Amino acid sequence: MNLECKHVWEHISGYLDKQLDAELLAAVERHLESCEVCSAVLDSTRNILVLTADDRTYELPLGYSERLHGRLAAVIGRREP
Amino acid sequence: MKTAAATNEAALIARVLAGENELFHELIRPYERLVYVTIFAILKNEAEAEDGAQETMISTFRNLKSFRGEAKFSTWLVTIAMNEARKRLRKAKAAAEDSLDDPAEEGEGDFTPAVLTDWREIPLEALERKELKEKLQEAVKLLPEKYREVFVLRDIEELNQEETAAALGINVTLVKVRLHRARMMLQKLLVPYLKNQAPARGGFFRRWFQ
Repeated sequence: MNLECKHVWEHISGYLDKQLDAELLAAVERHLESCEVCSAVLDSTRNILVLTADDRTYELPLGYSERLHGRLAAVIGRREP
Repeated sequence: MKTAAATNEAALIARVLAGENELFHELIRPYERLVYVTIFAILKNEAEAEDGAQETMISTFRNLKSFRGEAKFSTWLVTIAMNEARKRLRKAKAAAEDSLDDPAEEGEGDFTPAVLTDWREIPLEALERKELKEKLQEAVKLLPEKYREVFVLRDIEELNQEETAAALGINVTLVKVRLHRARMMLQKLLVPYLKNQAPARGGFFRRWFQ
């Protein structure tokens, strides 16, 4: 199976999530070995996902937990669940 | 078989329902971040997200007896948080329209990535830079809503496909399709910016993924 670039792009997510079947995976990997463009697309997408999942990208505001439990305490004190 | 944590959680829920209200604090403590970040990533507004997270937890407390225990508690919580985020988004949208078009599911939308050849590795330290964080958050907010929701749960919260599908009330195939499109749109939005942020070659990412 020989894939063109645009077909490889359709499988970037499946590749990153390890969801491609064996035959497709082999074809995608073969293409990636020889294609700088698709390798760069893959690397850039993967790096963005790592940055996205990093806890430093989305941080909690200072004092968030205290304010949350403070408000909950007020509610819990006067209502049955 | 349920994990020890899940059993403990079920016991906590039962005790809260039996009247030990104060145990609700313990029940939700592991999910404080999940709820806030989910809402913040959708809205990108700190004050709204904090208020929304508080409302989510209060609503969870008030509706706890309707939790059936069929889904995971965390999934149920995410569903409530997502509804809270949607509600607030509706209000915010009354004034302004979405920044990007919302392409039809099977339509001819452009979900191709940005093409480049000289990609350089991004050092993780780059995240310390406020602008990069800001740019990432901004790009996520630019995604059309249905793609953003899937992206937030899968790639920010790192829920699995099944949990994401359950929380959003869609099937797993749709989760996959939307996630792929979201990632390609983000790649296109972020690559031009990230390239300029990444002077160093090699290093962390290559080692990490090999």
